[in-house]
Amino acid sequence: MADRLSDFYTLPLDDWIEVVVKEWLVPNFRPAFQALQWPIDQLLGWLEDGLLWLPYPVFVAMVPLIAWRVAGTRVAIFALSAVLLLDLLGIWQETMITLSMIITAVAFCVMVGVPLGILAARSDRFAGLIRPVLDIMQTIPPFVYLVPIVMLFGVGIVPGVIATIIFALPPMIRLTNLGIRQVQSELVEAGLAFGASRRQLLFEIQIPLALRTIMAGLNQTLMLSLSMVVIAALIGAGGLGLTVFTGLGRLDIGRASLGGIGIVLLAILLDRITQALGEGGQAGRGSTKRSFRQLLFKGGRQHGTEDDS
Amino acid sequence: MAPDDRAPTDRHKVVVEHLFKVFGGDAEETIRRAQAGEAKDRIYAETHSVAAVADISFSVDLGEIFVVMGLSGSGKSTLIRCLNRLIEPTRGRILLDGEDVLAMDAGALRRLRAHKLSMVFQHFALFPHKTVAENVEFGLKVRGMGAAERRDKALRALAQVGLEAYADVPPDNLSGGMQQRVGLARGLAVDPDIMLMDEPFSALDPLIRRDMQDELLALQSQLHMTILFITHDLHEALRIGDRIAIMKDGRFVQTGTPEEIVARPADDYVAAFTRDVDRGRVFRMGRLSRPAATVTLGDAPGEARRRCDDAAQAGIHVVDDDGFPLGIVPRADLDVLEDGGGELRALMRRNYPAARADQELIELYGACARGLPIAVLDAAGRLQGCVDPLRIFALLAGDAAAGMPACRSETAACEAAKEP
Repeated sequence: MADRLSDFYTLPLDDWIEVVVKEWLVPNFRPAFQALQWPIDQLLGWLEDGLLWLPYPVFVAMVPLIAWRVAGTRVAIFALSAVLLLDLLGIWQETMITLSMIITAVAFCVMVGVPLGILAARSDRFAGLIRPVLDIMQTIPPFVYLVPIVMLFGVGIVPGVIATIIFALPPMIRLTNLGIRQVQSELVEAGLAFGASRRQLLFEIQIPLALRTIMAGLNQTLMLSLSMVVIAALIGAGGLGLTVFTGLGRLDIGRASLGGIGIVLLAILLDRITQALGEGGQAGRGSTKRSFRQLLFKGGRQHGTEDDS
Repeated sequence: MAPDDRAPTDRHKVVVEHLFKVFGGDAEETIRRAQAGEAKDRIYAETHSVAAVADISFSVDLGEIFVVMGLSGSGKSTLIRCLNRLIEPTRGRILLDGEDVLAMDAGALRRLRAHKLSMVFQHFALFPHKTVAENVEFGLKVRGMGAAERRDKALRALAQVGLEAYADVPPDNLSGGMQQRVGLARGLAVDPDIMLMDEPFSALDPLIRRDMQDELLALQSQLHMTILFITHDLHEALRIGDRIAIMKDGRFVQTGTPEEIVARPADDYVAAFTRDVDRGRVFRMGRLSRPAATVTLGDAPGEARRRCDDAAQAGIHVVDDDGFPLGIVPRADLDVLEDGGGELRALMRRNYPAARADQELIELYGACARGLPIAVLDAAGRLQGCVDPLRIFALLAGDAAAGMPACRSETAACEAAKEP
């Protein structure tokens, strides 16, 4: 005896989706999606060429220096060791490709996420609209949207970056929205009372005061994009993800581990630096201009002592 | 309170007419009920909406400090925010210099806020990411003024509150009192016509609060701004205000000068506030002053005694031909002389109690102890009137009739006398 509805009828949703994607979305919108690829392709190519062109010794000098200015001595020492180790392991080139992918993905996340976050902070309606979309983006497993991405964008490193953007975008939007909404209402009132326009209010008051939260969002986005590296390799993105992926395919445990170590080192390095950037915005407590100045000229000392204590 | 019955003139910087602000629910219905005089609680119970500001009308003159005093929830913060439309009023009219604020579009409103109004906040509302000077510059930067010019103006405003040394410090490093001075400087930097002050000193220690009140009064005596000042502290209102409105449940219960409020509270609510007020600090000599009976040195003692008795004074002042007092002759001493015998000069005491019209009664208790009428002198030192010490004590004891003029026009006269 039939006791379930599906014994009589199964909703052919899978067929419908297939039809919609294959028969309608792909033939009609492929050119549009291809056009979307263009800016990502440009930035990615430019970064990759640039990073691979830079002589290795420049990296050995530059990365620890940046780490020292921003995050203090400890992180600088770690950065130096990491840069040396990545080369010793023979995965320097892969690391640079992954780094350029990550930077591209994060750059687009910021470009899209910050304005959307600001919009969401200003309009409750927009926030209500975008929230379920963000929930879906965060809960849907990336493997699900790899297929349509391949159909629309093809395979390669750019589709990999696009998948990464989809995966890593939500925290940028959410935390920008949160940061701006958390700015004390009396400060916003003060801005308005002195005749600030909405744009002045945004750039003079809301964004500077939300900067710390926005930077936390950037950090989250960065970490999420790193965790997409291997998955993106499934659709043809190169770099460290590919090293892991090929190691997996050949059951070459050593090769897979190399890729893994590279990703972890890169993740820790980027995490420490961006976290210190976020805290710098808060600890400086002066103008944002000054905290960036501090960051360039004398920030190292301050944060160094904080780290050492 | 009845709408302001004073005729509108050019002196009126701010005119507010029948202002309503309703939160939630059916605004029309709430306004109708509020106009019918229904209580706030009942309106809320039946309509789930609150008339935070219910039918308020008042006007503020050029150079006047108008204080709105009310407890929390009385709607005073909503009222002040309606004036620069941080909160949009539901109904009514607001005129600043005759311009209808509610008719302004966004651009005009922004210009109004940037050029004519400024605001000081209860919790200072300084921007933590800017230095003290950058905070003070804010209103000028928003207007689009160049960096050097606005820095210059900001430093001048900081000098007015004595903080120019702290220009490049983040505001969080300053104490509460200093932070509010920065808030004040930020308000002053834009050269506002009208200053809106939302409980500016409430978050400060009592001693600092008093200093800030003095500082505000000192600044006001130079700048002659028009100030709308919100407070929950009646003592602060009495100290600062030229006129005071007592607000309760969105309405003005009473509007008047500090002396009117204390001497003649409109109802039990106001009376409850004024009960523990130190009247010696509220009333000034000008309030009690009345024309003095005088004699000149050439007058006969008998004439002096007659005039003194007519005026029922405990003594009579001797003045010169220009009206400057020379001394006083106590009534009792006049009895010593027989008619025509002796001279006033011999009886006159050169050391006589005197006061200015704007002095607080509390400063004159010592003078009262002499038992002689206290001479009230004008700015030049001429005898303007005199005050019987007994009337001072009658007023302090709560006898409103002792010092109260009957109507508003006399109030104006008294105020004129206060400020020669």
